[in-house]
Amino acid sequence: MPVLCSSCSEKRAVLKRPKTGHSLCKACFFWAFEEEVHHTIVTAKLFKPGETVGVAASGGKDSTVLAHVMKLLNQRHGYGLELMLISVDEGITGYRDDSLETVKRNQQQYDLPLKIVSYEELYGWTMDAIVKQVGLKNNCTFCGVFRRQALDRGAVMLKVDKICTGHNADDVAETVLMNVLRGDIARLRRCTAISTASEGDGVVPRCKPLKYAYEKEIVLYAYFKKLDYFSTECIYSPNAYRGYARTFLKDLESIRPSSIMDIIHSGENLSVRDGVKMPVQGTCSRCGYISSQALCKSCVLLEGLNRGLPKLGIGKHHRLHEKLLSQQPLTESEQRKLKPVDF
Amino acid sequence: MSACVWAACVCGTQICYCSLSAEILLLFSGINENVYEHVSMWFTGNMKQLLVWIQRNLLKERPELFVQGDTVRPGILVLINDADWELMGELDYQLEDQDNIVFISTLHGG
Repeated sequence: MPVLCSSCSEKRAVLKRPKTGHSLCKACFFWAFEEEVHHTIVTAKLFKPGETVGVAASGGKDSTVLAHVMKLLNQRHGYGLELMLISVDEGITGYRDDSLETVKRNQQQYDLPLKIVSYEELYGWTMDAIVKQVGLKNNCTFCGVFRRQALDRGAVMLKVDKICTGHNADDVAETVLMNVLRGDIARLRRCTAISTASEGDGVVPRCKPLKYAYEKEIVLYAYFKKLDYFSTECIYSPNAYRGYARTFLKDLESIRPSSIMDIIHSGENLSVRDGVKMPVQGTCSRCGYISSQALCKSCVLLEGLNRGLPKLGIGKHHRLHEKLLSQQPLTESEQRKLKPVDF
Repeated sequence: MSACVWAACVCGTQICYCSLSAEILLLFSGINENVYEHVSMWFTGNMKQLLVWIQRNLLKERPELFVQGDTVRPGILVLINDADWELMGELDYQLEDQDNIVFISTLHGG
């Protein structure tokens, strides 16, 4: 027996919203979803008229929905923004090359300029080559650190004022959980912020317009709108730790859908007591990027790769930074610890 | 009474559209259009029974990626005739002739 839309009471409802419990028809769902993102954007004052905004596009469901909704809201509400797509090519054969094809189609469909920055051109290493050297254990560390910086470099090249990313409510809740589990107070404090403060030269402010959008709704929005997106797991992926947090969160959601919003709410309202030691934000003395150490993570990882010592950037080797900066040779025992393990 | 189970994951060109994750794709890799017919000829029952049937007949390995207890694993969305199954009685929904069932996994990267 069909359930009627609780908003218009005319058409057949197509989904039960996890956030509100309402049953909505397609048209009412689209409207509610879009206007909630609009509300998020307006309430948090994410953009100013005349700004150029880069949409970080991977070809996946979140960024495809983000690009679609940003384009639509920019027109509907006259934000006066100039939008572009920025993609990062990590150099993963059979995964990123396929998803970039999706991004290129999106570029046509949404009629937005597209900039692709690749790890190969920025760092001289593709993920394929990195995995060959480091194996499948810590490869996600390299990818994550490099991607963050690559997006910034792309944004600087395109001269955009801001970047928006497709992080959704589930992602944010997951990150809160992970930071609690890891005891990472500095990240716990900032991970729920909807936008980053301006952190200095070469770092473009970022924001998450889909921060309060449930993954279920994003997937169904893409499905009902028949958006063209790519959905394959990264071949090098299983980011195991996040996977557990994710499964746990999904289990909670199935019992109580508000869990996701509740975790975000907790994260947003935590305050860290005075006197808790926090890393001091500085800049990398090699590349000038933000860093709490003498060398930024990206430079250390890269140095490790180039020296054939890939574990240099994995774990804590801060005391070696001075040596690296002054180009002193490492001792044999230092080297041994940083060599790739056989796999 | 019989129902067509669109496991929504087959037919090369439809993959993006159906937005099924590689995960489920892998699980259902044996299916082709002939199996649809097979399913539509053989299956009668409710969603609960359908999941058992899928598990027995279509999932060759790692069923835990698709089912958990007697329902689908949290994070997999189920659509019955393009409507959220939460509106349709979920496991108790009695399948009817020509019903379309779509499974969409959200358990992969964005």
